[in-house]
Amino acid sequence: MELLLFAIGAALVNNVILSQFLGLCPFLGVSKSVKTATGMGGAVIFVMTIASCVTSGIYYGILVKLHLEYLNTIVFILVIAALVQLVEMFLKKKVKPLYEALGVYLPLITTNCAVLGIALNNVQAEYSILKSTINGFGSALGFAIAITILAGIREKIEYSDIPEAFKGTPIVLLTSGLMAIAFFGFAGMM
Amino acid sequence: MGKCTERLYNGIVKENPTFVQMLGMCPTLAVTSSAINGAGMGLTTTCILVLSNVAISLLRKVIPDKVRIPAYIVIIASFVTVIQFLLQAFIPSLNDSLGIYIPLIVVNCIILGRAESYASKNKVMPSLFDGLGMGLGFTIGLTVIGAFRELIGKGCVFNYQILGDGNLLSSNSNGALKSIGDVLAYYKPITIFVLAPGAFFVLAFLIAFLNKRNAKKAAKAAAEGKDTSEFCRPEGCAGCANVLCAGKKAAEAQAETKPVEQKTVAKPVEKKPEINTEVKPEVKPAENKPEARETGKDGEA
Repeated sequence: MELLLFAIGAALVNNVILSQFLGLCPFLGVSKSVKTATGMGGAVIFVMTIASCVTSGIYYGILVKLHLEYLNTIVFILVIAALVQLVEMFLKKKVKPLYEALGVYLPLITTNCAVLGIALNNVQAEYSILKSTINGFGSALGFAIAITILAGIREKIEYSDIPEAFKGTPIVLLTSGLMAIAFFGFAGMM
Repeated sequence: MGKCTERLYNGIVKENPTFVQMLGMCPTLAVTSSAINGAGMGLTTTCILVLSNVAISLLRKVIPDKVRIPAYIVIIASFVTVIQFLLQAFIPSLNDSLGIYIPLIVVNCIILGRAESYASKNKVMPSLFDGLGMGLGFTIGLTVIGAFRELIGKGCVFNYQILGDGNLLSSNSNGALKSIGDVLAYYKPITIFVLAPGAFFVLAFLIAFLNKRNAKKAAKAAAEGKDTSEFCRPEGCAGCANVLCAGKKAAEAQAETKPVEQKTVAKPVEKKPEINTEVKPEVKPAENKPEARETGKDGEA
């Protein structure tokens, strides 16, 4: 029960995008249609959960044992990059439609600051491996929720009459700002 | 020294990473809740940018082309770790307020972008000044946005109360200045601007302003019959695509999106929302793509 609350907290209250600003690139880039947004959300959930588990395992299993904690940034980014390659190969072989839908944005998960950010957060907050995995899953779920909602709104925005200068990125940012205000409401839940 | 001052000018004014290229938007949003945080983050990034540019420029003939991106990332991550320890030791307060965003400098698109597009092809001194110019440009961008948000959200700049209750003019002076201060004291800070949503709002208006300006410039250039390719609308963080996508992947995508891009280049004033998700023309990952190079604007021209 405590872990469930923890996951919900990670997903809604401390939403990676709307309150921590991690992973804005795919958030703005891939949120054009609900279909690709959910695909991206799914990919992020998959990668981030595994990445949190693996990085925290490496941190406690190898780095702490060898007193190399200070190498965490370097090790984590390389592990995540390799992991994304692996996921990409897996999707290319097994889940072709999803692979085609995500296209160029899958490698972007590597630079997605959210994955590295959450991995670093986990070890800074000294979560156990189980708790790190749940934190990764919850945060990624929050990312998926936010990007899907934004994609839904953007599909409607296409039909609205927006001032010329605000077309494209600015209106999306304004929408995300309003969404961030809405997500503040969840703070009362915990 | 002509070349070096040119690089400084290029980084601070002509290709300012925040206001012109719209790169590194994640830290721009995250740490600009106050001017001092923005300045601290900017200067930290500047140090890392200068160090990594110098190191990569020195190693440019040693690093094989195929593994250059992982090599750059390891170099950058090492410098980030070093700087993080220095901050922890000497400026712990800044380290606390920036927190997780310091190690995240590793994935900042500006640093890898400069390594890829400048330091890997140029000598050490110009690369050093290129890093310094870009870093200072980023610092100025973050400080200005931070000061703006702090002023609206809290009524202060660098922790000096300018607007609202107990501002410097009304409490420290008398006579005419004091009455001005009393008027300023009526300002009620809009707290939302220092919180997360305010960052989105400020950035939205900033990009809208840049769009407006670019559209005007492009129209003028088109009227004079000049090349308008450099006035493509900024794509915000989508610009990050020119970094790690730098592999083969982006090159393929670029080949696919080419027609769309050419349309953008031809009529930048006509704004097409779907261009948003495409890889933009600045992306020039593969060395053997001369036509992409011509349309890119952040080259070493």
